[in-house]
Amino acid sequence: MTEPILQVRDLVKHFPVQKGVVFKKTIGHVRAVDGVSFDLHRGETLGVVGESGCGKSTLAQVLMRLVQPTSGSALFEGTDMFGRKSAAELRRLRRDMQIVLQDPYTSLNPRKTVGDIVGEPFEIHPEVAPKGDRQRRVQELLDIVGLNPEHVRRYPHQFSGGQRQRIGIARALALKPKVIVCDEPVSALDVSIQAQVMNLLGELQSEFGLSYVFIAHDLGVVRHLSDRVAVMYLGKIVETGTEDEIYEHPQHPYTQALLSSVPVPDPSVRDRRETIRLSGDVPSPADPPSGCRFRTRCWKAQDICAEQPPELAVRLDGGEIDPSSEGHPSACHFAERHGHVIS
Amino acid sequence: MSATDDNTGGSPGARLLEVEDLHVEFRTRESTASVLNGVSYHVDAGETLAVLGESGSGKSVTAQAVMGILDTPPGFVTKGSIRYRGEELLTATEERRRGLRGENMAMIFQDALSALNPVYSVGFQIAEQFRFRRGMSRRDAMTKAAEMLDLVKIPNAKQRVKEFPHQFSGGMRQRAMIAMSLALDPDLLIADEPTTALDVTVQAQIMDLLDELRRERGMGLILITHDLGVVAEVADRIAVMYAGRVVEESDAESLYARPAHPYTEGLMASIPRLDQKGEQLASIKGLPPNLAAIPAGCPFHPRCHRAQQECREKLPELHELGAGRRSACHFAEELISSD
Repeated sequence: MTEPILQVRDLVKHFPVQKGVVFKKTIGHVRAVDGVSFDLHRGETLGVVGESGCGKSTLAQVLMRLVQPTSGSALFEGTDMFGRKSAAELRRLRRDMQIVLQDPYTSLNPRKTVGDIVGEPFEIHPEVAPKGDRQRRVQELLDIVGLNPEHVRRYPHQFSGGQRQRIGIARALALKPKVIVCDEPVSALDVSIQAQVMNLLGELQSEFGLSYVFIAHDLGVVRHLSDRVAVMYLGKIVETGTEDEIYEHPQHPYTQALLSSVPVPDPSVRDRRETIRLSGDVPSPADPPSGCRFRTRCWKAQDICAEQPPELAVRLDGGEIDPSSEGHPSACHFAERHGHVIS
Repeated sequence: MSATDDNTGGSPGARLLEVEDLHVEFRTRESTASVLNGVSYHVDAGETLAVLGESGSGKSVTAQAVMGILDTPPGFVTKGSIRYRGEELLTATEERRRGLRGENMAMIFQDALSALNPVYSVGFQIAEQFRFRRGMSRRDAMTKAAEMLDLVKIPNAKQRVKEFPHQFSGGMRQRAMIAMSLALDPDLLIADEPTTALDVTVQAQIMDLLDELRRERGMGLILITHDLGVVAEVADRIAVMYAGRVVEESDAESLYARPAHPYTEGLMASIPRLDQKGEQLASIKGLPPNLAAIPAGCPFHPRCHRAQQECREKLPELHELGAGRRSACHFAEELISSD
């Protein structure tokens, strides 16, 4: 395989928890992202799934350099993303990576026309589209995402949720990026509209050879669009593999429980399905459990789980680490193949 | 249960809840939106009816009209009937309706954080009902509140009863809402998107809890949702809504096996499945109609791939298809008989 377009290693983002009004004292850290590594290849979609608070949105923000990571590195086409950079270098980097945000109602400026919103990236990167050409470029972009190019002078409130998300996608496409980070791009939309937007994302990928980091909590949506999937829990990746490996042969108990919790749209399997139900809620990322972070909700937990954090590695049935064997990495001392969780 | 039964003036043998030909308009200065255009459904005791629909289909407004908590203005019921055990609610006095709320019918909402009062403890908010409706003392009411929290499986209920909503996690808040709604032992519970704001693992816990409580208490449950997965797991019967009308009504198995309305069919094809990876989702083209200007004929016709001339002119009635199924499509018979 060719060199990955994006290589992320041991990415950490801790947010300080502060106390006091005048004299601020740091009393702890929220470990939003706590040692995440992955590769993204050209033209590929990496799905990142997890429940709220697992750090998936912070990961998106760090990747876009909207927040500075605490430590860790990321290489974009071989160049370091997080080191000290001149404004010009950072601009150049941002041209190649764009983001689509979750909420199409708050991520578009209500006082700007659609033409201004989609054309704004050209103000910062005039080299992409010369001034005289901008109007035409914007209309072309609207056409690409399935909006009427004549609507450039309309305001966001004149569009429906799905159409607004299309505007957000057009804006992300404006600079012809190589990587688009999609942070829950369809979760605010109704099912029928969600399908339209997902189809659009798929078409754009094959048309422009885009790579996606696709962040979502909906496992069905992630499977549909992703080539590879990373499952996150409390700031760490607990299992990663191809879409087939994760969905058909999940090894980590959390992945298994997550897949089992998703309701299946087929009433005929209702009582025949074996289900795994987790108790309790996700612990606070400010004070994660020792050892394996999932142990407080895990039915397999033993003493070792509280003492030793399991590393993300290829494991045999039973949890022994065996890098030579076929399989995908999971972070569980007792990893076990478990088929038929989803049907 | 017997205490609530005594309270009801309805005729024996009547349905627990029956909504018939309900019309609701939202009037604003600029325009009038027809939000409900003849909604009909019913629920029997001990049964789960799922009301399925996308935003703007009128599923929540119907529930608000049933509970008598529709904001008037702008919402006005212009036509129709809502009967609880045979008793007409739309003409009932406000006093009577207030008496029914909580005691006979209760509702839980999507966003538990904004439905709970942040300045009172969770226990206080549950205990209120015992104090004002049952005349209990503060202390007794708090004990009962702790019992309710225990019933919905909140660990350590005795201590947690004194805590405030912000100290509860999302799942626990929803449990507290359920405890509150069940305090006076209603026989009809309306759950409006109860798990939409929750994570999947917590969603599964809450749905299990609701299903268990319904079974234990023999309640009728109206589950309002847009999630076809959740519906498939718990519903006995399903009413699919579109543009303020029920377009299909059916038992759960038949509906998923063979939808009798093109809209239902489209919805099913739109969901990305967990157990298979498809290339392209068959989406429904276009957008739901503007409720201030609903298209003539069948309101779904501009998005329907089966639309004929007839659909553009004539509004299809919700008609019987046999075996308890009803559909509002001119071609429903063809849909369920074709392969």
